[in-house]
Amino acid sequence: MIGAGASATVASAPRSRSLWLDAWRTLAHNRAAVLGGVVILGMAVFVIVGPWVSPYAFDFTDFAHVATAPSIATGHILGTDTLGRDLYVRVLYGGRISLLIGVVATAVSLVIGVTYGSIAGYFGGRLDAFLMRVVDILYALPFMFLVILLMVFFGRNILLIFIALGAINWLDMARIVRGQTLSLKHREFVEAAEAQGVSSFAIIRRHIVPNLLGIVAVYVTLTIPQVILVESFLSFLGLGVQEPMTSWGALVHDGADQLENAPWMLIVPAVFLAATLFSFNFLGDGVRDALDPKDR
Amino acid sequence: MLRYSLRRLLGAIPTLFVLVAFAFLLIRLAPGGPFDTERHLQPEVEANLRAAYHLDEPLYRQFARYLGGLLHGDFGPSFQYRDYSVTELIATGLPVSLKLGGAAMLLALVVGVAAGCLAALKQNRAADFGVMAVSMTGISIPNFVMAPILILGFAIYLHWLPAGGLGDGSLRNLVLPVIALALPQIAYLARLTRGSMIEVLRSNFVRTAKAQGLPMWRILLRHALKPALLPVVSYLGPATAAVITGSVVIEQIFGVPGLGRFFVTGALNRDYTLVLGVVVLYGALIIVFNFLVDLAYAWLDPKVKYR
Repeated sequence: MIGAGASATVASAPRSRSLWLDAWRTLAHNRAAVLGGVVILGMAVFVIVGPWVSPYAFDFTDFAHVATAPSIATGHILGTDTLGRDLYVRVLYGGRISLLIGVVATAVSLVIGVTYGSIAGYFGGRLDAFLMRVVDILYALPFMFLVILLMVFFGRNILLIFIALGAINWLDMARIVRGQTLSLKHREFVEAAEAQGVSSFAIIRRHIVPNLLGIVAVYVTLTIPQVILVESFLSFLGLGVQEPMTSWGALVHDGADQLENAPWMLIVPAVFLAATLFSFNFLGDGVRDALDPKDR
Repeated sequence: MLRYSLRRLLGAIPTLFVLVAFAFLLIRLAPGGPFDTERHLQPEVEANLRAAYHLDEPLYRQFARYLGGLLHGDFGPSFQYRDYSVTELIATGLPVSLKLGGAAMLLALVVGVAAGCLAALKQNRAADFGVMAVSMTGISIPNFVMAPILILGFAIYLHWLPAGGLGDGSLRNLVLPVIALALPQIAYLARLTRGSMIEVLRSNFVRTAKAQGLPMWRILLRHALKPALLPVVSYLGPATAAVITGSVVIEQIFGVPGLGRFFVTGALNRDYTLVLGVVVLYGALIIVFNFLVDLAYAWLDPKVKYR
C-alpha cells in the first residue's frame, strides 16, 4: 500500500523525482556506501543460491568428518561442526534466517511506526500528547529484558521473534515520522487537499506518507542491522531459532563453546555476521548523508 | 532546578509502575509454572506450595502484594533457590555487576571521548581514519562475538589473562569482560564525540581562542570540550541500557557471578520472583540513570531551561 502510493507520487511530481535523483547521485559517489550495498546484495544472493551448489543438507550429519577444519579435500570447504554438519551450508542457512528476520521485523516496525507517528502528528492536540506520552513511557522500559521473557515463556517461535523485534523498534520511527508530519501538515498541498474535503486518512495515506519516504528510508537502513544484531543476541542466549535450524547468532554461540578445539566454528559465522553489519552501517551512513533533510 | 528535578523524578514513577505491571503480567500469563519440573508433585503438596507462595490468590491481590513488598525493598522469596530471598540473591550479584558495568562505562567514556577528540583534531588525516575504522569495527562486531575472540587471543593463545571466572577476585579477572563490554560503547562514543567536536572547533569562540595564541590542548580542554560533550551526555542513557543488556551475555561468557546470571537461569527455570526482581532492578537503574543524565544535561547546557 505504502510502496504503490509512493511510486505513483514520485513518478508524477517532477520536484520529488529530482530529490530522489540527487540522493541517488550523492549515494553513488560514496564509495563505502556503494561497497556496502554491493556486499549486502551479494550476501543476499549468496545465502539464497549458495546452499543449492552444496551436496550437503543443513541438518545432514557426516560421521566421517566430525569437527574437521576447513579443507577442500573433505568436501567441507568451511569445515564441520561437532555434529559433523557442513558449516558452509549452515552459515548460509543461518544467513537466510538472520537477513529475513532483519527485513521482516524492520517492516513490522515500519508499519507500526509510520502509522502511529503520522496519526499523532497529523491530528495533533490531545491525541498527539497522549500517543507521545505512551511512547515516552515505553522508551524508558528495558525492552531487551521483556523480549527475553517473551521468548522464554512463550516458546521460541519464529513468528514471535518477528513481531517482538518489530515491536521494540518502532518507537524511534514513530518519533521521527511524527516530527516530519508536523512540518508537512501545514504545507500548501495538504491544505489544498483539506479544502477539497479529502478525508483525514486519505490525506495521511496519499499526501503525508509518500513525503515521509526519504527519512523513513534512512531509518530502515539503520534499523535492519540493529534487528539482525538483536536476533543474534537472542539466538546467542539460546532463545532465538531452534535446532536444527540456525542463525548467525546461534552459530556464534556454538562456536564460542568450541573455542579451543574448533576455532573455525566461531570465526566463520562471526565473519559473515560482521561483514553484513559493517555493510549495513556503511550503507546507512551513506543513505543518511544523501537523504537526511537535516544535512541540507 | 529543584522543582525541575522533582518533576522529572515524579515523571519516572509511572514509567516504573508500567514496567513492573508489564513484567508481572507477562510472567504470570505465560504457560507453565515454577513447580511443574521433572517429577510430578502430589496435588495436595502442590496446592500447599501454591498457597505458601500466595499463587492461589487472584492476580490483582498478588500484584498488590508484590508492589507492597517492593516499597519495603522486599522482592519476595526465590522459587528455585529455596532458602534465599530474591533480595539476598540480588545483594550477592549486584556488587559484581555494578563493578563490571561501572568499569566498562568509565573505560568507554575516557577512551571513547579521547579517541573522538583526537580524530576531530586530526580530521581527514591518518589518525582520524584510523580511529574511525577501528570505531566502525567496534560498532559492527557485537560484544558476544568480540568476547570469545578476546578469550581466544589473550587467554588461550597468549596466556596473558584468565579466560573466565572471578578467581581470587583480583583485577586481572575483570580485564577481558570489561573490555568486551566497553568496546561497542567506546566505538559509538568516539564517533559521537568526533562529530560534535568538529562542529565546535569550527565555531567563532574557538577561532578567537586560536587567534589569541592559546595552545591547542588548552583550547580543547578549557573551551571546546564542554559544549562538545552535550550529545555524548545525552547518549549516556541509552549507553547504560546497552551496557546492562550486554552484561547479561558477557557475564554468561566469562562466568562472572553477577545479576545477569540470575536473570538467565531464573528465566530458564521459571523462577518468577527472581526474574521479576532482576528486571525491575535493571529497569529502575536505567530509569534513575536517565534522570541523572537529564539533570547533567540541564546543568551543562545553558540553553536548556528547567521549568
